[in-house]
Amino acid sequence: MSDYNFAYLDEQTKRMIRRAILKGLAIPGYQVPFASREMPMPYGWGTGGVQVSAAVLTPEDRFKVIDQGADDTTNAVSIRRFFEKTAGVAVTEATTEASVIQTRHRIPEAPLREDQILVYQVPIPEPLRFLEPSEVETRKMHSLEEYGLMHVKLYEDISQHGAIATAYAYPVKVEGRYVMDPSPIPKFDNPKLEMAGIQLFGAGREQRIYAVPPYTHVVSLDFDDYPFEPTKADHACDLCGATDSYLDELIMDDAGGRMFMCSDTDYCGTRCAAGHCGAQGTPLAEDAA
Amino acid sequence: MTPLLQVEGIAKMYGARIGCTDVSFDLYPGEVMGIVGESGSGKSTLLNCMAGHLQPDAGAVRFDTRTEGLRDTVTMSEPERRMLSRTDWAFVHQHARDGLRMNVSAGGNVGERLMAVNARHYGDIRDKAIDWLGRVEISADRIDDRPTAFSGGMQQRLQIARNLVTGPRLVFMDEPTGGLDVSVQARLLDLLRGLVREMGLSAIIVTHDLAVVRLLADRLMVMKDGHVIESGLTDQVLDDPQHAYTQLLVSSVLQV
Repeated sequence: MSDYNFAYLDEQTKRMIRRAILKGLAIPGYQVPFASREMPMPYGWGTGGVQVSAAVLTPEDRFKVIDQGADDTTNAVSIRRFFEKTAGVAVTEATTEASVIQTRHRIPEAPLREDQILVYQVPIPEPLRFLEPSEVETRKMHSLEEYGLMHVKLYEDISQHGAIATAYAYPVKVEGRYVMDPSPIPKFDNPKLEMAGIQLFGAGREQRIYAVPPYTHVVSLDFDDYPFEPTKADHACDLCGATDSYLDELIMDDAGGRMFMCSDTDYCGTRCAAGHCGAQGTPLAEDAA
Repeated sequence: MTPLLQVEGIAKMYGARIGCTDVSFDLYPGEVMGIVGESGSGKSTLLNCMAGHLQPDAGAVRFDTRTEGLRDTVTMSEPERRMLSRTDWAFVHQHARDGLRMNVSAGGNVGERLMAVNARHYGDIRDKAIDWLGRVEISADRIDDRPTAFSGGMQQRLQIARNLVTGPRLVFMDEPTGGLDVSVQARLLDLLRGLVREMGLSAIIVTHDLAVVRLLADRLMVMKDGHVIESGLTDQVLDDPQHAYTQLLVSSVLQV
């Protein structure tokens, strides 16, 4: 263990954040202001998520961090090491073994259990922000449940593109009350927002925390004649052959060669290890690139 | 007959200065009331107090709601007042930019009020938007253009369509023809007069243009320094002004 207080933040700060989290859980989808601290990383790198994780971590927890579904990107690795160093918690890359998962822009493919917490990093918590620049006005709209403007955005999508073109950060209504920005997850993940695990959202720069308790009703906004549709690349994973996971597209060479692979690296790796194989994958797990 | 709007002793102070004071009148369904006066006479303050944009310091503004009859909109809760202002009321700003969302298409602008009262069928919303654009003489192929691509007169007509789409019963207008050239003004007035007659709207029009009230208003109030100095039937006030200021106002109109 290091000279840091457990999980970097001091105990009073963690209590303050826990109060915000509890209030958020009590009012699903409501953005609770909190006194966001300076963290040893720039805004936009997950300062909100890190503070929420710090407040919920216990020494017995097993921690996992993903960035766009991957465990091995810079952001994920540095946050994971940060808590390894400051909290001394065990870490893992396996979704099923983790008790706290901090994520940026994805929900893991494997369904979460009741004993798991998913912490989101949120850049802009206000779903109405780009439609109404005034915070005073958006707060009033939330408190009076005036959400017509959100549909104006979807209307504009259909009139310009023939379909709802919003592909990520797709607005949802939580438990029939608050309209919430689910952070920039692909809309493919929206149906997974109704889950058994606890979902906490932290926005460090914007100083907001909000939450979705387990088994909460989460509805993606849409029109009667243009219903919500989760979308993904129409392809199977080239490594593990999965057809039900969200895919990244990779350009392989200058000749236009490309491949699709699961964005959730743990899901893909687990499947490969179990013997599944896609079009460009190597059949044996130990030979996999 | 119950008045649609009953204004009683409205007063609004800006510190020690008078915005408007002691204004009372009744407005009946289908009636158009004009408010004229020079700049700074308190007519916009009065309009904003009635429309709920400003909190008056004294007085009552009672509106004949659909369900509960006459209710004081000054003391009713904010959600109720905001609900009124997007269903039964309409507010046409002098500058179309204040009343439109400039970065949203014409169709979206017209549809916003429908979506605000829970219309959730894209096809229906669009059909209604096209219908209303037609009524204000904007061709249907401009539905996906943004108001920034519209001329001043078109923006003003779009603002009117956006306001009337939910079938309001009372329209507040603040200098609806200000800043438009005369031929465009004439067409807009023609359009407004048609819509007011056709839909049986009641309206309160604030303007300093006497020709506009002559054309549109049944009754007229003349304001000066925050006080109503003369009121009556439009033709009566304009043809036989009693108060010295009204006489000055009427005689100041340029004759062509």
